[in-house]
Amino acid sequence: MTIAIDKPTTIPAVTQAAPEVKRLTGSRIMCEALKNEGVEIMWGYPGGAIMPFYDALPEYDMHHVLVRHEQAGAHAADGYARATGKVGVCIGTSGPGATNLVTGLATAYMDSAPVVALTGQVARAFIGHDSFQETDIVGITLPVTKHSFLVNSAAELGDVMHEAFHIARSGRPGPVLVDVPKDVMLEEADYTSAVRPEQPPHGGQGDYDRAGALIDRARKPLILAGHGVILAEAYDELRSFAERTGIPVIATLLGLSCIPESHPLYLGWPGMHGPAHINRAIDEADLIVAVGMRFDDRITGKLETWAPNARFVHIDIDPAEINKNVKVDVGIVADAKDGLASLAASSSPADHTEWIETIRSRARPEGPPGDAQGITPYDVLGAIKHGTGGEARLVTDVGQHQMWAARFYGYDKRNSHITSGGLGTMGFALPAAMGVKAAFPGEPVWAVAGDGGIQMNIQELATLAQEGLEIKIAVLNNGYLGMVRQWQQFFHNRNYSETRITGPDYEKLCPAYGLQGRTVTRKEDVQAAVDWAMSTPGSVILDFRIAQEANVYPMIPSGGSVATMIEESEVVG
Amino acid sequence: METGRTLVVLVRDNPGVLTRVAGLFRRRNYNIESLVVGHSETPGVSRMTVVVAGGAPEVDQVAKQLRKLIEVLEVRDVSEGSPLLREMALIRVAADGAQRTEVTELAKLFGAKVIDVSHGSITLEMTGSEMKVDSLVRLVSKFRVIEMVRSGRIAMARDTQERDNTVALSA
Repeated sequence: MTIAIDKPTTIPAVTQAAPEVKRLTGSRIMCEALKNEGVEIMWGYPGGAIMPFYDALPEYDMHHVLVRHEQAGAHAADGYARATGKVGVCIGTSGPGATNLVTGLATAYMDSAPVVALTGQVARAFIGHDSFQETDIVGITLPVTKHSFLVNSAAELGDVMHEAFHIARSGRPGPVLVDVPKDVMLEEADYTSAVRPEQPPHGGQGDYDRAGALIDRARKPLILAGHGVILAEAYDELRSFAERTGIPVIATLLGLSCIPESHPLYLGWPGMHGPAHINRAIDEADLIVAVGMRFDDRITGKLETWAPNARFVHIDIDPAEINKNVKVDVGIVADAKDGLASLAASSSPADHTEWIETIRSRARPEGPPGDAQGITPYDVLGAIKHGTGGEARLVTDVGQHQMWAARFYGYDKRNSHITSGGLGTMGFALPAAMGVKAAFPGEPVWAVAGDGGIQMNIQELATLAQEGLEIKIAVLNNGYLGMVRQWQQFFHNRNYSETRITGPDYEKLCPAYGLQGRTVTRKEDVQAAVDWAMSTPGSVILDFRIAQEANVYPMIPSGGSVATMIEESEVVG
Repeated sequence: METGRTLVVLVRDNPGVLTRVAGLFRRRNYNIESLVVGHSETPGVSRMTVVVAGGAPEVDQVAKQLRKLIEVLEVRDVSEGSPLLREMALIRVAADGAQRTEVTELAKLFGAKVIDVSHGSITLEMTGSEMKVDSLVRLVSKFRVIEMVRSGRIAMARDTQERDNTVALSA
């Protein structure tokens, strides 16, 4: 068997009348390229090997945010990229500056966010000599970047910069690292702008026809919409396709807010902590149309028992995702926007009201039991929704609060839910929210985190203060690393080993950073606290004290199936 | 029949490209039996022959992941259609006197060349299918094999365009 070559063909640079050639130092080539790529803002931290870049930067009209830790810079660039679809840029020096970026790059890689990281490297003559602050950052980041470059001369620097942006945003987006030795930044070379336009692939017509036939025959179909819908801005196409075919929509964690949750065809989200009736619907479905999602194990659990009755149509821009985890009946390599439009054209109008009603009839009311004492996560998310009129963009961290925020908020606004899904990076919310806020300065941005995760990048409070950024931070504080504690409760006989955690008094910590904070302990004060945060200028932390043993229900244990789901009623005391 | 499936991978001849390919195999837990890199007919393009354990679906996934590497230009699974597969081996065998004659005879039968002779040893160069190399190795191992190097499989699909020129001599 010969496998056809389906590499995207290289698109030549836009041919304009005689591109201008400039003689510049490497550091200015970096700045010119950033400028030509449309970069307006970047997050970074200077240091020895990257100093020539910082020397040139003030000559250019681009905003640089000085973060307090390079990891936060990478998350901020990632947050900006997810919010805008544009490439986010972060910068670090050689050695520790570069290694600090790694977690942020891995986060962006797992969730397909377009990020370009620029790192300084020791001068070429010092490479390989274990020089001061030398590290092989290209080697370190190989498995967590889409591509990486070590630039050997100023002459190739301009092309490498533009190539990096092209790779980051084309096809399935991802992070790209450009490592530039200090002396390359000082060397002069000719530079010509070479910004490249993108061209999404398009699946063959035969595939759409076969998919359309499956869709027309299905009696219990479901759409599983993932991050790809948001990345391709295929909101209208998803909605049109669903409305035309009458197929109800399930969004993955990263797909949340790809369709308004109030839409009559929207059902909820699946997987380990999805509502039981959603997972049961998947169990019964006879067709799953999966768009821009990758059948992650947190969705499928045990693959052999997942969606046992379903046939599959899978649209993804990454050919490697087709048949990677789930063997599909029709795989289409396309951008979600293009793919959904073509799929709609190939399928007939239908009505699945009965199927949808069957699914909905099994739903239980969302929220905590009526006798819940004290502040519940449901109260907090509801108050944020109410206090912001649903206009907020929520950036969540990782853990229990992330699941609650995904379940209890009700995302009606496009791309209003941003979280670290694939890598599950604690410490993501606060710095990523800085990037989201930079993208939408006029909109309310909330970082929602646990009392564990917020402490992982708490140093960025200083960045918020220095930048005068307005981010509202809700800490769901249960005094535990809650998700791990929940697993200990369920699977380790309540052996709460090293999950009890203390933190600062946020109400006192905030003033030390020039911000304001409040501790909220009573249910009746929750809404007032959110309203106060909204009316208070600048960044604010609300420290909500919630129940210590609050759990996320239901839960399908790792590697399990609907049959092994744990429901709240089964866990008493 | 040779084991494993054979992928021909054309890559840009950049520093670090082998690391990327090898790293991908390690990260995704793919099992490679051999990997050979060398020049191709195009300057700046290296050609790898990778032998992967597993069936067609697994190897299809390997090929797709390889294609995602920016410096990988082309990936072909050449396992079907009786491809041209070769391996080279250098085998140094402890032999003197009568043994030397016996080893030389074996070499002749296999079309292997004697490329070095000393008082205590004789070194053979063998090119052929892996099975054939295996057979020779098995036969000479009744003498003491002092040292051996095998190149791993290199492969080329048959030219289906001009069948007449292809003389199917070998196996």
